[in-house]
Amino acid sequence: MSRASEDSNRRMLRARDAMDRSYAEPLDVPALARIAHVSEAHFIRTFKTTFGETPNRYLQRRRVERAMFLLRSTDRTVTDICMAVGLSSLGTFSRVFADVVGEPPSVYRRRGPLAPVPSCFGMRWLRPGSNTAVSEKPGAASPP
Amino acid sequence: MLNAITITSIYVLDQDAALDFYVGKLGFEVKVDQQFGPMRFLTVALPEDPDHAVLLELPAPPSVSPDVAEQVRDLVSKGAGGGHLFLRTDDAHKTHAELEERGVDLPEEPIVQPYGIDFGFRDPFGNSVRVAQLTPPPSA
Repeated sequence: MSRASEDSNRRMLRARDAMDRSYAEPLDVPALARIAHVSEAHFIRTFKTTFGETPNRYLQRRRVERAMFLLRSTDRTVTDICMAVGLSSLGTFSRVFADVVGEPPSVYRRRGPLAPVPSCFGMRWLRPGSNTAVSEKPGAASPP
Repeated sequence: MLNAITITSIYVLDQDAALDFYVGKLGFEVKVDQQFGPMRFLTVALPEDPDHAVLLELPAPPSVSPDVAEQVRDLVSKGAGGGHLFLRTDDAHKTHAELEERGVDLPEEPIVQPYGIDFGFRDPFGNSVRVAQLTPPPSA
């Protein structure tokens, strides 16, 4: 380990924080690479080396986590929640959600309200695990 | 039985840089800055909360092995070092503006939450800091 790798970690963390914060926006690799102050070519590979998953997958699971939260904490419609977490296609949203969570949004919602915890901890701990396969959209932020 | 938390500890990767940040930018004051052999015991506290100190600890030999020190440094810089500070303010917007003026990297604006107004950022090493202006309970 070197100070250079710590600096690189810190840059990747900056981009990961941006995904946690701005998941509702149409984030893409150029924007994230700018936030990390690295070239686009290095960004995906370095992010995966640092955090063990591609930026696209990280963002996808962040969006699903936020949708899970909104489904159980609000009475907004599924379509509304899909838009609120940064996905414009209800079909994609429903498929990704079911892939990650194992059940459709409407069924998940019936689990009822979540206990109140500080949102930063909730977001860290309730993000669904990477052991569930999530198909990647072609042309999305990362290679397979 | 137990009365209070007097010192909590976070790992920092450079104690001088930590002083620049926590004292120079966030407004903490140095409580103890004492060299004990190879170890620099460095604590800071907020002026309005002087009895709760934060130990700014360097992961380094001989406290831990060189290998472990490198592992801890790696984790801290990935945001997984376990360091979190939750701080209170009377005015989240004003504090945000002041910190920005002092050059703190503030990636988010104050957000209205059910419990108040807060915003988060990280120290130069990867520890997370949240600043909250708490809404008083309805009975208060």
